[in-house]
Amino acid sequence: MSVLVIAEHDNVALKSATLNTITAAAKLGGDIHVLVAGHNARPVAEAAAKVQGVAKVLLADDAIYAHPLAEPLSLLAVAVGRSYGAILAPATTTGKNVLPRVAALLDVAQISDICAVVSPDTFVRPIYAGNALATVQSKDPIKVVTVRGTGFDAAPAEGGSATIETVGAADNPAVSTFVGQQISKSERPELTSARIIVSGGRGMGSEENFKLIEAVADKLGAAVGATRAAVDAGFVPNDLQIGQTGKIVAPELYVAVAISGAIQHLAGMKDSKIIVAINKDEEAPIFQVADYGLVADLFQALPELAQELSK
Amino acid sequence: MKVLVAVKRVVDYNVKIRVKADGSGVDTTNVKFTMNPFDESAVEEAVRLKEAGKASEIVVVSMGPQQAQDTIRTGLAMGADRGILVASDAELQPLAVAKLLKALVDKEQPSLVLVGKQAIDDDSNQTGQMVAALLGWPQGTFASKLVIDGGKADVTREIDGGLETVSLSLPAVVTVDLRLNEPRYASLPNIMKAKKKPIETVSPSDLGIDVAPRLVTLKVEEPARRQAGVKVASVAELVGKLKTEAKVI
Ligand SMILES: Cc1cc2nc3c(=O)[nH]c(=O)nc-3n(C[C@H](O)[C@H](O)[C@H](O)COP(=O)(O)OP(=O)(O)OC[C@H]3O[C@@H](n4cnc5c(N)ncnc54)[C@H](O)[C@@H]3O)c2cc1C
Ligand SMILES: Nc1ncnc2c1ncn2[C@@H]1O[C@H](COP(=O)(O)O)[C@@H](O)[C@H]1O
Repeated sequence: MSVLVIAEHDNVALKSATLNTITAAAKLGGDIHVLVAGHNARPVAEAAAKVQGVAKVLLADDAIYAHPLAEPLSLLAVAVGRSYGAILAPATTTGKNVLPRVAALLDVAQISDICAVVSPDTFVRPIYAGNALATVQSKDPIKVVTVRGTGFDAAPAEGGSATIETVGAADNPAVSTFVGQQISKSERPELTSARIIVSGGRGMGSEENFKLIEAVADKLGAAVGATRAAVDAGFVPNDLQIGQTGKIVAPELYVAVAISGAIQHLAGMKDSKIIVAINKDEEAPIFQVADYGLVADLFQALPELAQELSK
Repeated sequence: MKVLVAVKRVVDYNVKIRVKADGSGVDTTNVKFTMNPFDESAVEEAVRLKEAGKASEIVVVSMGPQQAQDTIRTGLAMGADRGILVASDAELQPLAVAKLLKALVDKEQPSLVLVGKQAIDDDSNQTGQMVAALLGWPQGTFASKLVIDGGKADVTREIDGGLETVSLSLPAVVTVDLRLNEPRYASLPNIMKAKKKPIETVSPSDLGIDVAPRLVTLKVEEPARRQAGVKVASVAELVGKLKTEAKVI
């Protein structure tokens, strides 16, 4: 049985979530092949060929794959993937968009967001905002799976020497077109691979006040995160949302500032190694999961923290 | 334009669920059930399309036990016109729900299907994409903005890097995020009116769909609990502990 991993990339670089997915694929046993569908994406295929454990890279290079639109991409994944025992993709917004479509076209279930592989047909996945872990066994001939990055280490990006084969484009259903995107630009590390994250909640009060978070993040070389409430209030863009219905993170250090600790937020960060909570309400549930809790007003604590870290 | 909205009955998001002692699942006896929050946003969007003169009829569909009627009534009280209950006491996994939805779409011929991006119980995030695949329709997932105009749906999608806009030719499936809108509360007169709106009940076999689960749940466990830590008295103490005790900075 071989495993097909669908690479996530921007036509220039391979996204790190693909490396965690390759580690999950290795736990299934068998050869690992990586499908790179893109436009002028050979550099991505070359990067994928160097990842340890990859036997073969399949490159589908065509203008219809310039953006990962679910309709054409799922037809390609089905055409290529039919002969595999399993098809895996990272549980990113791209993977979540495309993989259920692939599964339905193959008439198999999709297994979402696995955090462990028990055996080639049995997986562990969180349900109810991570308040329960379900072990599920698939009866289908092809396992179609999205992989939670925090559940698996990244495969080494160097050391492999896979062959690269080109594959032709599949049909283009031509029912959807890419219109545009607004990608947030930041000098800070990416949330899902950051070693340290400083997050702010509704208690931050405004977009302006998030500068206090940024000042601390910059001292720590950290990424900035947020709760759904902070995003909804317009303090920060949606791509910073952490939680059940946002990003899942597990950094070495997570600093939660003015965050109450709702289960939907905890779902996205409670696997962090060390959690710090700064909140003026000593009863806030976030303190129940924090390794270090500081009951304080953020307007005092954050400037002080930035200063202390510059010492 | 007819709009079909799928609404799931789920354990209310405020309930702290408990795993059954025998590991067979989550204990749902005597807990509060509500409409999946994302589906409330889907119904709200449909009602706004109708108010804007873009939708002519809104059909809400729920699949599950008889009590899912209540979820349908909620949708009707928000402004939907009629409901369909696919009654089943069996476990319905996303592929089965998608097949049932497709069968209803074949019958009802809507131009737009709205579903939530994710059910907060199974956290699958699959059904909309699957029904779009089965129908051969385009999909706009994780929508925070929807513009319907001239046979097209422009969908702004929340993606990991920010926002993306795609244009879909109708008919299409859109899965909605909570930021799409602020769902209304049903007024008392509308709740009363909803009691008179029709709900049709069908079974999976009426629709000719095999809903047998493809995934078997072997066990359900509680995740490892975090130990509550210590309170520190000052920022200086915090930084000290992070440096020398936790060694993370
Ligand atoms: C279907 C669904 C999905 C959801 N998904 C997510 C998700 O993915 N991620 C997510 O985060 N949430 C999610 N939520 C929302 C979640 O339920 C909570 O509403 C949200 O996490 C609360 O955010 P918060 O902690 O920032 O705000 P609040 O709960 O309002 O807490 C604010 C905190 O700030 C503190 N504070 C205020 N002022 C100060 C100050 N000056 N100094 C120090 N502390 C201060 C307060 O004591 C309080 O504890 C979801 C909800 C639903 C219904
Ligand atoms: N049993 C159901 N009845 C009605 N709608 C459902 C059902 N299951 C899933 N859905 C719809 O599909 C969406 C996504 O669910 P899921 O794929 O399970 O995360 C939900 O928000 C609903 O709109």
